[in-house]
Amino acid sequence: MSPDRLATLSDQLVLAAILLYLAAMIGYALELAFGRVTETVRERRLATVGGPSDDLPEPEPAPEPASWAPKAGLVGTGAMWLGWAANVGATLTRGLAVDRWPWGNMYEFVVAMLLAAVTVFLLLQVRYPVRFLGAFVGVVAAIGLGFAVRVLYTQAGPVVPALDSYWVAIHVTAAVAASGLFIVGAAAAGLFLVRKEGPSRLPSRADLERVAHRVIVIAFPVWTFAVISGALWADKAWGRYWGWDPKEVWAFITWVAYAAYLHARATAGWKGKAAMIVSLIAFACLMFNLVGVNIFIGGLHSYADVK
Amino acid sequence: MTLTDEEKTTGNGPAGLGVVGWLRWGWRVLTSMRTALILLFLLALASVPGSLYPQRGVDPGAVARYFQNDPTKAEWLDRFSLFDVFTSPWFAAIYLLLFLSLIGCVLPRTMVHLKEMRRTPPPAPRNLSRLPHHADIEGDLASAEAYLRSKRWRVVTGDGWVSAEKGHLRETGNLLFHVALLVLLVAVGVGGLFGYRGNVLVVEGDGFANTVAAYDRYLPGSQVSPEDLQPFSFTLKDFQASYIGPGHEKQGQPLDYFAKLTVQDSPSSPEREFTLRVNEPLDADGALTYLIGHGYAPTFRITGGDGKVAFEGAVPCLVNDTSTYESECVIKVPDAAPDQLAFLGRFLPSTVPNGAEWLSVFPGAVNPTVQIWPFKGDLGLDAGTPQSVYDLSGHQNLKPLGQMTASPKPMAVGEAVDLPDAAGKIEFTGVKEWITLQTTYDPGRFPALLASGAAILGLLLSLLIHRRRVWVRVRDGGVTVGGLTRTEGGDFGEEFAELTKALEHHARAEVKDVS
Repeated sequence: MSPDRLATLSDQLVLAAILLYLAAMIGYALELAFGRVTETVRERRLATVGGPSDDLPEPEPAPEPASWAPKAGLVGTGAMWLGWAANVGATLTRGLAVDRWPWGNMYEFVVAMLLAAVTVFLLLQVRYPVRFLGAFVGVVAAIGLGFAVRVLYTQAGPVVPALDSYWVAIHVTAAVAASGLFIVGAAAAGLFLVRKEGPSRLPSRADLERVAHRVIVIAFPVWTFAVISGALWADKAWGRYWGWDPKEVWAFITWVAYAAYLHARATAGWKGKAAMIVSLIAFACLMFNLVGVNIFIGGLHSYADVK
Repeated sequence: MTLTDEEKTTGNGPAGLGVVGWLRWGWRVLTSMRTALILLFLLALASVPGSLYPQRGVDPGAVARYFQNDPTKAEWLDRFSLFDVFTSPWFAAIYLLLFLSLIGCVLPRTMVHLKEMRRTPPPAPRNLSRLPHHADIEGDLASAEAYLRSKRWRVVTGDGWVSAEKGHLRETGNLLFHVALLVLLVAVGVGGLFGYRGNVLVVEGDGFANTVAAYDRYLPGSQVSPEDLQPFSFTLKDFQASYIGPGHEKQGQPLDYFAKLTVQDSPSSPEREFTLRVNEPLDADGALTYLIGHGYAPTFRITGGDGKVAFEGAVPCLVNDTSTYESECVIKVPDAAPDQLAFLGRFLPSTVPNGAEWLSVFPGAVNPTVQIWPFKGDLGLDAGTPQSVYDLSGHQNLKPLGQMTASPKPMAVGEAVDLPDAAGKIEFTGVKEWITLQTTYDPGRFPALLASGAAILGLLLSLLIHRRRVWVRVRDGGVTVGGLTRTEGGDFGEEFAELTKALEHHARAEVKDVS
């Protein structure tokens, strides 16, 4: 296939991925809305019923879960895998069309980052019961890809000489992977804040906290590596390994903020809600670094190609 | 804090903690996790203005423009070091406090950890089935001990029990990470003191020798003297750039550029050829030279009113627009007689007419021309006031020659123009290119890299390894295994299940061997 045909195919696959992620989101959302209330919560409630604590309000009876709800969840998972395949295809064909690593500008970076986020979710849900995250990862992926196509889109083509380096494979790949992980962590942290104590269709707050923490713990060293490999590349390309370029400043802020989250989690009085809020602030820094710095501030990293 | 009655009654002033008490209190507060956390927040927050305001260390030109546009606000911002955030006293205060807090945290923890490392695992609790992880399995103590030892657990045995522990590397990694951050800070500091940075513009055919005087801008660390500069030199033989051709959305975007140099690492060493590229700096004895930018330098021959050649050479033009490389040049000819001459020029690498004016449509030199605005008069170079070679503004004593138009007819290479008032002649003789280079020497680079590597290693150990204990106790017809992890996260439940399975398997295998 010619590079032009491949590039067109890549664009079409991105659109397919958006639709499939939307379908996945709907499937997961239906399961969440009509499925069963978390087991652990029901057990805890049953234990209090008939006890001496009559002053407690009588808990409402749990609504009967719809029998088709788990099937909707399965359909969601199927659509998610298909969307993932389309997303992989889009990134691959883009890379083949331009004959370089397919994350050379902001459009390509966002497509790859969302692919990483969906990959993380799909791998997690194979091993752990985290299907509840699906609706949120799905909606983030669909909206993110839509944003990339509408706002960030750049025609397939070569990159400037500074980006024509094997460091793209190391530095940007690490940044893509870390961002994907952080997205899933932020989805869990967001749910933690949304979920009230008491019965819910969402898992317990402790479980949500654990999922968020586990993902961030993996993401943090990857992000650290992304920052350090970026410094190595800057040393090769710009003559200094650290120069407080706006992108570097915000990568540093993001790193410090996630470090603060890890410390908050080990500090008395900060565990739980406060630490989760810190992790979301850190995530906001990550997103500002991706979108805000490229569009509003500029600097040496302004290869975003956004008009 | 409790005070005795005597202290309460005989109060010379308020009953306080005393100097030592306050110091101890301060140290305890500083080294607490809560303080470290707040300092981390402050560090992140303090970095934000560094990305919002232009920084002298990153883009001094932008800071100068800020001062021009809004002097009052700029002065106030400068008073709070907001143009030098990362070298400001308040930023230093935050990170020095943070590192002090870090030292105060790491030192005692290292002591505790060294003690812990030498300590043997604690004896088995009486009732293992009370532990969060426990299982009754077949087997015996001896085989369990052998198996655990073979899997590198630290093992202690007692009367009817085996105790094993693993995962001290977690704390080792944690300490390594924090110490590596300290080393990194020192490496950055060393680089700042003993390193230097210089920028220079070189035109094709010209040379450069690494001396302070040769640089256009030179920023040494406080411990660097001019003799410390590595004695390398080079000649720029050729520079070439290629761009995306017409018909593509990104027409004019550079594809590749490189500079061919002839390098001598020291005056006595042999010459070598080197191709300088964007991601491939020149390394001369640890001093690295980078290709930063490039542009055009048209060459001119200028004759004065008296008919003598007053200037012959290349004039580097500053790039106005990187998508077309339309550039601006200033030529000052103090040697012209009877009147001194000066020219404003506009260089168009790929010229096309557009109505009454001319434009450049492509960065490559496809059809290079120069538009010229001539002046005569007194350049005032003898006055001793420093002036920029790229700027004609501020010259009161220069008079335009002839009619000034917005877009005069451009000259092609080889063309000459006689100046009005018989003031002389200008010839456009050719096109050269220039490159800007940055030379840096940073002795802290390599230590910083080592520290970063150690930090990653420490981080991985401290986040992915978990400290856990396993005990085995005899019971009728087998053993009870109990497990405990003191840190959250990880999959100890799974590991424990696998371990019990392996213990059982190992015990059976041993029995088979015996029988």
